[in-house]
Amino acid sequence: MIDPITLIVALVTISTPVLLAALGELVVEKSGVLNLGVEGMMIMGAVCGFIVANQTGSPTLAFIAGMAGGAAMAAIFAVLTQFLMSNQVATGLALTLFGLGLAALLGVGYEGQPIPDVAKPLPEALRTIPIIGPIALGHDLVTYIAIAAIFAVWYVLKHTRTGLIIRAVGENHDAAHALGYKVIRIRCMAILFGGAMAGLGGAFLSLIYVENWVQGMTAGAGWIALALVVFAAWKPGRVLFGAWLFGGIAALQLRLQTTEINVPVALLDASPYLVTIFVLVLMSSDRAKAALNAPAALGKTFHASG
Amino acid sequence: MTTPLLDIRGLTKAYPGVVANDDVSFAIAPGEVHALLGENGAGKSTMVKMIYGLVKPDSGTMALNGAPYTPSEPRAARNSGVAMVFQHFSLFEALTVAENIALGMENPPKPRDLSERISSVSKAYGLPLDPESLVGDLSAGERQRVEIIRCLLQDPKLLIMDEPTSVLTPQEVEILFHTLRKLSAEGTAILYISHKLEEIRTLCDEATILRLGKVVGECTPREVSAAQMAEMMVGKSLAVPARAATEPGAVLLSVNNLTLPAASPFGTSLKEVFLEVRAGEVLGIGGVAGNGQDELLAVISGERRAPAGSITFKDVDISTDNPNSRRNAGLLSAPEERLGHAAAPDMSLTENAVLTGQARKKLAKNGFISWTRARAFADDIIEKFDVRTPGNATAARALSGGNLQKFVIGREILQDPEVLIVNQPTWGVDASAAADIRQALLDLAEGGTGVIVISQDLDELLEISDRFCALNEGRLSDPRPARDLSMEEIGLMLGGAHGMEEAHI
Repeated sequence: MIDPITLIVALVTISTPVLLAALGELVVEKSGVLNLGVEGMMIMGAVCGFIVANQTGSPTLAFIAGMAGGAAMAAIFAVLTQFLMSNQVATGLALTLFGLGLAALLGVGYEGQPIPDVAKPLPEALRTIPIIGPIALGHDLVTYIAIAAIFAVWYVLKHTRTGLIIRAVGENHDAAHALGYKVIRIRCMAILFGGAMAGLGGAFLSLIYVENWVQGMTAGAGWIALALVVFAAWKPGRVLFGAWLFGGIAALQLRLQTTEINVPVALLDASPYLVTIFVLVLMSSDRAKAALNAPAALGKTFHASG
Repeated sequence: MTTPLLDIRGLTKAYPGVVANDDVSFAIAPGEVHALLGENGAGKSTMVKMIYGLVKPDSGTMALNGAPYTPSEPRAARNSGVAMVFQHFSLFEALTVAENIALGMENPPKPRDLSERISSVSKAYGLPLDPESLVGDLSAGERQRVEIIRCLLQDPKLLIMDEPTSVLTPQEVEILFHTLRKLSAEGTAILYISHKLEEIRTLCDEATILRLGKVVGECTPREVSAAQMAEMMVGKSLAVPARAATEPGAVLLSVNNLTLPAASPFGTSLKEVFLEVRAGEVLGIGGVAGNGQDELLAVISGERRAPAGSITFKDVDISTDNPNSRRNAGLLSAPEERLGHAAAPDMSLTENAVLTGQARKKLAKNGFISWTRARAFADDIIEKFDVRTPGNATAARALSGGNLQKFVIGREILQDPEVLIVNQPTWGVDASAAADIRQALLDLAEGGTGVIVISQDLDELLEISDRFCALNEGRLSDPRPARDLSMEEIGLMLGGAHGMEEAHI
């Protein structure tokens, strides 16, 4: 039978990369920029993190390298879309393709190479408490950071001046400019933040979840992160729900595959994507309400005039 | 003479191909209400953008209280005591009133304190506002209050107001003027930008008149007539549209008890709308922006479908017909937004002419466009409506607002409509072109067409309408003969002052 405790543990682990990437993208979109390059930034984070872990043996440096890899990709996107006014959709798609290719190139020869174990943050004694131990206290530091980031992003966007300015820029960049806010600078910072978060998610994937580098290992997690942001109506709490739903179905279908029930494996493989999108579409079916939360200037190029 | 609050000397700003301001000088004394008067494109907006630090002048100097004043950005201008109420683009619909106000302040207090200050200032000046409501849910008058309070919280010495009354009902204008006079009595100078002459005559102490970027005159508005100011502004005297009195004919278009929910979160729902247009009459529909004008046009043009039985054109139910079949039947329309709605910005004038004219002008056969006929049609519009353009191959985007407006209106008029509905036909069009467009609409009605004109310019509606009705929150009032209406009555039809009260202090 399927053990519910290990299922929940697996759920939290599987959902962490998606959660990180989606949170980053949420901030980017709230500032009015649509970056479709999440997948490319994630895979760059995965490969940079893995290479640095293998070379230095330091998980901390590896995660920093992952974030830097994602942010470097985001920087390319920022320069192209914010300064050279390129189309955000086309640039984002190109960034994904470029990231997948560049990561494959950088990662040649690293498949199956050893990396150091990443130590768990909480002491052994706490982790062995029955039920709560494995479910709540046995995770990696990055997972706790991801969950803390949910609250941080929510609080900053809702209750601080920085968040208000980010939302204002995403709502109406002409008005924000007229009031004297630096639209392009604010958007660039948001894009870099989004890249770093996606990179961290990618590094988690290669260093902790899979513990290996495999070409194309993100396997659409970046796209799911993008879908989560939209269907979660740009609300951090709903992003967490969507990420856990995705992780839960992914963990469940892996276990169902081993129980040899009579469902085609391909359908099980696809199920996390299908169910997540289906449920989130239902949740955001009230279009008028969803539109209220959508950044009105999303994807529009800002050009300061006169 | 005392030192002026703001002294502007020889300010010049040129953009590629056009000099927006050429050696402009004027001065504003503390507590003075100073009008900056001019047509669209006269350089008023560029002028105030320089004062507010959004644009840097090429040459010339500004002095504030005798000290040199060179704001590098709006923040610097605000720190010097200069505040501005914008005509467009400066509110965030999805944010609350308090958030909008906080965004316009340098050091906003804590949210709770800010709400209290908003309440106290709004009470002191008779501008009631709930700090927690979403700006998207507010009426145009209330939105303007948000902007004004945002400025007042900074204790400005100079308040710039860019076309503040274009979206207000006459009653709301009255209240705004009370607030402004009170501010001026307290020593705040006001730079008031407008092209509405009567307003300037009632409110302003001094006026500077701009034409094509140059100062063409200065006057004390109370001492000259509106016609004199108009002549200075336009550079020639204007013809008043004329028409022969005609008897309205049979009912062409009727809307019967139409109710339609809003399509977007900040849109307006149409509620129980009844409307009738007869052959040969002009029906004017007034109303403050955002009260259902766009929705009404969309449902009559066919952009949105209506429930069956609610719209009848020449005794045929067309409620669920698409825009092209309505065009074929003779029901044409010209929406408000010129670029992107009435015309495709990156397509040539010829292509834009084909977009709505292809069926009625037989510009296409078996799915193939006859470019010869299309170019002839476009040239016809350009010639008859005096559209200033290098030729019919020019992109719509390249035309000035007024010229493009003449083109899109002309395009519909030349298709011999039986009913034509236009929204804001002269918005952003200079005075002489506006007079031409009004005359063309009147000529059309004289030829037996039923014309519906939706506009926020009440003077325009009174000038050309036979019957007048008002849109207020998606409801259409009963039509009344336009000739007997006074401004006060119209104001009440438009929904009065939307709960505004006058300053009590």
